[in-house]
Amino acid sequence: MSDPILTLKAVHTDIAQYHILQGVDFEVPRGEVTMLLGRNGVGKTTTLKTIMGQWTAKSGEILYDGQDLKRLPVSARARAGIGFVPEDMGIFSDLTVEENMVLGATSGPLDPQRKEWLLAAFPALGTFWNSEAGNLSGGQKQMLSIARAMAEDRELYLIDEPTKGLAPAIIATMANALRELKAQGRSILLVEQNFLVAKALGDSAVVMDDGRVIWTGAMAELASNKDLQENLMGLSMEAH
Amino acid sequence: MIVRLISGDTPRSPVLTALLLLILICLAGAPFIFEGVRALDTAARICIFIVLVAGYDLLLGYTGIVSFAHTMFFGMGAYGVALASTHMGRGFDALLVGSVLGALAAIVLALLIGLFSLRVRAIFFAMITLAVASAVAVLVSQFSDITGGEDGLTYKIPRVLTSANRMGEVMGVKFTGKTLNYYLIFFSSLVLFLLLLRIVNSPFGRVLQAIRENDFRAEAIGYRVVWYRTAATCMSAATAALAGSLFAIWLRYVGPDTTLSFEIMLDILLMVVIGGMGTMYGAVLGTVLFVLAQTYLQNLMGAASHATEGLPLIPDLLDPDRWLMWLGILFVLSVYFFPTGIVGRLRGQQST
Repeated sequence: MSDPILTLKAVHTDIAQYHILQGVDFEVPRGEVTMLLGRNGVGKTTTLKTIMGQWTAKSGEILYDGQDLKRLPVSARARAGIGFVPEDMGIFSDLTVEENMVLGATSGPLDPQRKEWLLAAFPALGTFWNSEAGNLSGGQKQMLSIARAMAEDRELYLIDEPTKGLAPAIIATMANALRELKAQGRSILLVEQNFLVAKALGDSAVVMDDGRVIWTGAMAELASNKDLQENLMGLSMEAH
Repeated sequence: MIVRLISGDTPRSPVLTALLLLILICLAGAPFIFEGVRALDTAARICIFIVLVAGYDLLLGYTGIVSFAHTMFFGMGAYGVALASTHMGRGFDALLVGSVLGALAAIVLALLIGLFSLRVRAIFFAMITLAVASAVAVLVSQFSDITGGEDGLTYKIPRVLTSANRMGEVMGVKFTGKTLNYYLIFFSSLVLFLLLLRIVNSPFGRVLQAIRENDFRAEAIGYRVVWYRTAATCMSAATAALAGSLFAIWLRYVGPDTTLSFEIMLDILLMVVIGGMGTMYGAVLGTVLFVLAQTYLQNLMGAASHATEGLPLIPDLLDPDRWLMWLGILFVLSVYFFPTGIVGRLRGQQST
């Protein structure tokens, strides 16, 4: 396994009185796509939010490039090179697509070459460039959410269910964009329920259950073993 | 050129454009278009309150921060000019020093309040601003040796800005120092308003809007939300203080009732809501409507009451003493029919 960009060691997170993450351990190898899998409610989203700082880890270590993120505020984690795409997209509805994208580039103006690449990856954004983001369709909002996270080059992307509820054509667009990102050497930690996307993009997989990691290994191994899938997640991934 | 001057923030509605142009023309030509001291006083108040309300909208409408300390900052600017003019004597240097010191004091206090309380939930920030503003109002009343207490301070401004300075006639209208004073208020307010328009349309302004919509997302993209909120609070406070300085220069009097009272804070809130939150042009329309209603509603009602003398009940309802009730009804109706404010409504009509 290559040098990890992100390492979680015995991370525990409470939300109100609930003990959600109960000692999460895994690594995200540099330049690879790591799938974070598991049934609903096992703590995948909480894991991403804990890495980003929306929820505070009660104990454990979150090492990003050797630096413990727990000491950093949320904005510093982003500036350290982490892009986050939450499940609810979090686009700024009152602002235009352009304004959303410009906001994504925090360290200066939006690089023209990067803008060109993103508009080629997500052509719909170019069509609605000057429209209010709140008027976009669900798929377009999801594209904007991902494109905004990519508006600036980041080392690691945390992406939560980007294809949820989207039409197949948009899923293909999304998967292609993520593949290009991987080709650029960027690391991705992806929560994804769509088996085909997970199989096509994932290099490694981390499976969670009840707030713990219960299996880590190559995505290809998990994808080819239905018994393992049923054993880990209660059903075959193809059933999703 | 004009689009650059308004930072590319065009009104996006023909009716709104026409209304804004009408207001600009009326305010620019007020000494020549309207007769009498009262009309000029109303025009000056409108100019000053546009800046005050627009500065508040930077906080409430653009950043989503509820503050009750806006009149406190307004008062700091006004008292800055009053104290400087009292101690340094009449002169432009006193006006300048008072304005700058008032604005600086407002920025420092806003910075302290912001850094200590903007990390906490919005409601706590609102409560803290309310507490600080109330404390400052009490202190101003108590330290009567310095502030004049409840009586306030009366002082002299440069003679060149007073009615005693007769400068001849322009277009058949007497041009005095008071007219000059009005144009000082008008152009200063115009510059401050354009500056605010520039701020809200800058990348900084976009971050403020992003924070208003979803502060965690803005933080997760990499923006230090507390820093931006504090900066917006300081800018808003400085604007309010400068508006207060202009008010002090115009009135030549400051007192707790005219600059620090909670009633003014409520008026500002109403003007923002009526005009439309999150749009600088809303501050213009809200202020014009509100100040005109405040100044002329009683006269209008008096005339209406007189005209309906023969009818039962109606003259009583239209009695000028009931003007506050009608102002309240107008406010309720405007919120009901224009929930996004007048500007929101006008822009909405444009897009449908």
